Amino acid sequence: MKNYSADVIKKLHKSTLLIRKVEERIIDVYNTDVIKSPVHLSIGQESVAVAACEFLNKEDIISNTYRCHATYLAKGGDLNEMMAELYGKADGCAGGKGGSMHLIDMENGVFGASAIVGTTIPVSTGYALAFKRQAHKGQQPRLMLTMFGDGATEEGCVNESINFSSIHKLPQIFFCENNHLAIHTPIEKRWATDDICKRMESYGLKTYRVTSGDIFDILEVMKEAVVFARDPKNPPVFIECFTYRWKEHVGITEDLNEEYRDLKVHNSWKENDQLKKLASMLDEKDVNQNHQEVDELVDRAVEYAINSPFPKDEELYSYVYAK
Amino acid sequence: MFTQNKETDRLLKYSSSIAECCAQEMERDENVFVFGLDVDDHKEIQGSTRGLLKKFGKDRCFTTPLSEDGMTGVAIGAAMAGMRPIHVHIRMDFITLCVNQLVNIAAKAHYMYNGVLTVPLVIRTIVGRSWGQGAQHSQALHSMFMHVPGIKVVAPSNAYDAKGLLSAAIRDNNPVIFMEHRLLYNTEAYVPVENYVCELGKGRIMFEGNDITVVGISHMVLESMRAKKYLEQVDNSAEVIDHISLRPLDLELIKKSVEKTGKLLVVDNGWLACGATSEIITRVIEELPNGVNGKPILVKRMGFADTPCPTTRCLEDLFYPNGKTIADVAYKMLNPGDKINWDSISKESALEIDEFKGPF
Repeated sequence: MKNYSADVIKKLHKSTLLIRKVEERIIDVYNTDVIKSPVHLSIGQESVAVAACEFLNKEDIISNTYRCHATYLAKGGDLNEMMAELYGKADGCAGGKGGSMHLIDMENGVFGASAIVGTTIPVSTGYALAFKRQAHKGQQPRLMLTMFGDGATEEGCVNESINFSSIHKLPQIFFCENNHLAIHTPIEKRWATDDICKRMESYGLKTYRVTSGDIFDILEVMKEAVVFARDPKNPPVFIECFTYRWKEHVGITEDLNEEYRDLKVHNSWKENDQLKKLASMLDEKDVNQNHQEVDELVDRAVEYAINSPFPKDEELYSYVYAK
Repeated sequence: MFTQNKETDRLLKYSSSIAECCAQEMERDENVFVFGLDVDDHKEIQGSTRGLLKKFGKDRCFTTPLSEDGMTGVAIGAAMAGMRPIHVHIRMDFITLCVNQLVNIAAKAHYMYNGVLTVPLVIRTIVGRSWGQGAQHSQALHSMFMHVPGIKVVAPSNAYDAKGLLSAAIRDNNPVIFMEHRLLYNTEAYVPVENYVCELGKGRIMFEGNDITVVGISHMVLESMRAKKYLEQVDNSAEVIDHISLRPLDLELIKKSVEKTGKLLVVDNGWLACGATSEIITRVIEELPNGVNGKPILVKRMGFADTPCPTTRCLEDLFYPNGKTIADVAYKMLNPGDKINWDSISKESALEIDEFKGPF
């Protein structure tokens, strides 16, 4: 916090607030069925995405999961096109053919999200390989920030990718957002040992672990990790970052009554809401300005989505094969 | 499209054609690279990656950990990022490890992201056979991938097509499964020295005929050509088609032939259930709903026995169609009620099968 100016904190607050308000707007409209597809909301996890993207360049790429709204927006993905995509419209970032689980904005470095757990990790590793090859002598390579949840780390292909990335010293950061849940199954039922950084060290990666949930702790790690990973002499980086999912796995409601939820844990994370924390570090004037600007952005995005047409019938057959 | 010229072309083996094609494409386009288990060892994937490591270095020809699922994703990502990977599997059986990435990502990315991403990826696979390689070293799984929109599938049967089609596949902006066959590796054809591109999606009439259309796939093209020779000796005339492209199908080519003959025998190097034969026959019948010359089209299909492949030679031989059994089925379609003792007919030896003892 000592290293971050008021301007930067204001920016961080606005980014986090934007994601929160977009997710809340989705909740507001969801029961009107304008969004006819499943939504996996990032509420509670916004600050992780914001911190993860803070030190990336525009041409760096982030890969994410089906819970992609926060990472999409944090990296600078187009909000209007995201909303239109959720509404299934032709002006959506995937022409309405992808939906919430397949958001993409390559211009701003947001790789296409995938609904099959683990699948983006090998693909993003292929990107990292290309980045290494494509970097001209003396030039810094583009960086691939590969983000995924704790569940993904169990997939074989993720371990395969990490091993490969390590052998080839790729410009890559493997970032595990550990919310301790795979749908409703807690981590204790899935991980034989809980020290994943130790596992990743055994692949040769440089590892970091942030358990506090504090956005500034994540920022400090990212600042260092980005420089380290870009250096072609270095192995890739692995970051484990604890976080917490406020809402149910998919959908708009809370499911705190369900057996898998620990109310004490839930309340402690909610108390530690980073959005609240960032707001407390700003003047009321700045907070209000952020709220106003974000509300306008969200309103504009919803209007854009409403006014965008549905795709024409012929679009069913477009882009099956590339020309 | 190039055609062969015996004056200027030379005889080249199928395996060497593939290596030569890769070298020429890698020369032409610095984004092309070859990777996969053991592509850079001294066996050079039965000669099909010969010289690539030496000429282009380890950044462009390199082996991978035993991580086919992960490596397929890496290939896809590199392709999306502007490179042109050729991912090599020394056995098609291993492609089962790649199915998640191929079906859920490679086949869908261009569509799901509405054209923003493309996947210009070639997956080279070799179908194994014989000398007791057995159930897990002999599979041809092309029909599984023919089923999935977004993927292309080709199966060249000769060295000329192998070189030209591999160039086409490398330049194509879609994921292409390039299905080779181990027993075709030593077969030779006249192959131009220069780089040339055959057209994906086209089949070829290998030999014209009038009585029956015989469509062969992969190694079964050779067996179908043997069958034609058998049939000639009993005055039956088969038109032998090499299907080559399985997805997309060259329906026009087969349709035209069947309109001439009214009889269709499809011989697959694969199982029948939901196989390439099912697709080809169904599509032809759909195209010719009134049959040919007022009669329904007579259709039959042949392929692997409906079993896993056994290792003992006597059963292994029964597992596969061969020139004789193909000729027999065709003959019975043309001469119902008739029987022939094919042993009394002089036959051409299946050298590529008789002589094969590896390397595998």
